[in-house]
Amino acid sequence: MDASAVAFSFLAVMVIGGALGVVVTRNVAHAALFLLLSLASVGGVFILLVAEFLALVQILIYGGAITIVLLFALMLTRAEEFTNVRDNPQWAVAAVAALSIFGVLGGVILNNKLDTQELAGPSLEELGTELFTNWVIPFEIASLVLLVALIGAIILARAADGDDGQPSDAQDPSSLTDTDGTPGGRS
Amino acid sequence: MELYHVELLSAALFAIGIYGVLARRNSVLILISIELMLNAVNINAVAYSAFLDPGRLVGQVITIFVITVAAAEVGLAMAIILRLYRTMSTANADEADSMKW
Repeated sequence: MDASAVAFSFLAVMVIGGALGVVVTRNVAHAALFLLLSLASVGGVFILLVAEFLALVQILIYGGAITIVLLFALMLTRAEEFTNVRDNPQWAVAAVAALSIFGVLGGVILNNKLDTQELAGPSLEELGTELFTNWVIPFEIASLVLLVALIGAIILARAADGDDGQPSDAQDPSSLTDTDGTPGGRS
Repeated sequence: MELYHVELLSAALFAIGIYGVLARRNSVLILISIELMLNAVNINAVAYSAFLDPGRLVGQVITIFVITVAAAEVGLAMAIILRLYRTMSTANADEADSMKW
C-alpha cells in the first residue's frame, strides 16, 4: 500500500465512523460534533482527490459555519430529551432500507469499474477562470439563492406581532427568561 | 486508491444518511443526516472529476454549487425548525402532526 492508500483508509474510517456516530448517538450535541469529525475527514478526502480549494471550503463552510448553525438550532429548540433522544419505532425498517441501498450501490460499483485516468486536479487559477467564464450565470444565481434564503430565514425566524418569541405552553418559564434577544426577539 | 474505493465510501456515507433521515425523530438530527447525504454526493462528484473528466473541472464546480445550496438550506431549515418549536413546542418531526387526517 502506498501512502495515499494508507491516508485514504484512515480518512474513510474517520468519515464512516463519524457518520455512524451521527446516526446512533443518543446525545444531540454529540451528533453535531460527530458531524464535524465526518465532514472534516471528507475535506481530507478532497485533498487526496487533488481538490485543495474544495478541501478549504469544506472545512470553512461545513466545519465552521454549518456545524455552528446546527448547534445553535439544537440549543434554541431545547430538546427536552437533549441527552437521550429516542428514535422512531421504525428504525429497523430504516436500517434495512439503508443496507439495501448500500448493497445495490455497492454491487453496481463493483460490477462496473470504470477505466480511470491518472489522478489529477485543476489549479486554483483554472477553477476560478472556469467559474467566472463558463459558469458565471449559475454562480450569480447561486448568490441570489443565498440572498433570498437569508431574507427568508430572517422573516421566518422573526417573532410575529404579539408573539413573544417563546413557546406557547413552555413548561418552565423561569428557564426561558434568558432567551430575549435570540432570533425570536427584535434587536 | 482506486475510483471504486471512493465510490464505495460515498455509497456508505449516503446509506448512513438515509438511515439517519428515516430513523431520527428530532428534526435537527434529520437535517444533519441530509448534510451527510449531500457530502456523499460531493465526494462522488469530485472523484469522478479527478479520475475521469479530461478537464478535471466540472465536478469541482458542481460541488461548489452543492455546498452553496447546502449552506442556504441549513439557514432556512434552522428558521423553519425554530418556528416549528415556537408554535408546536416541539422539534420532533413526528409530533408536528396537526395536519394529519
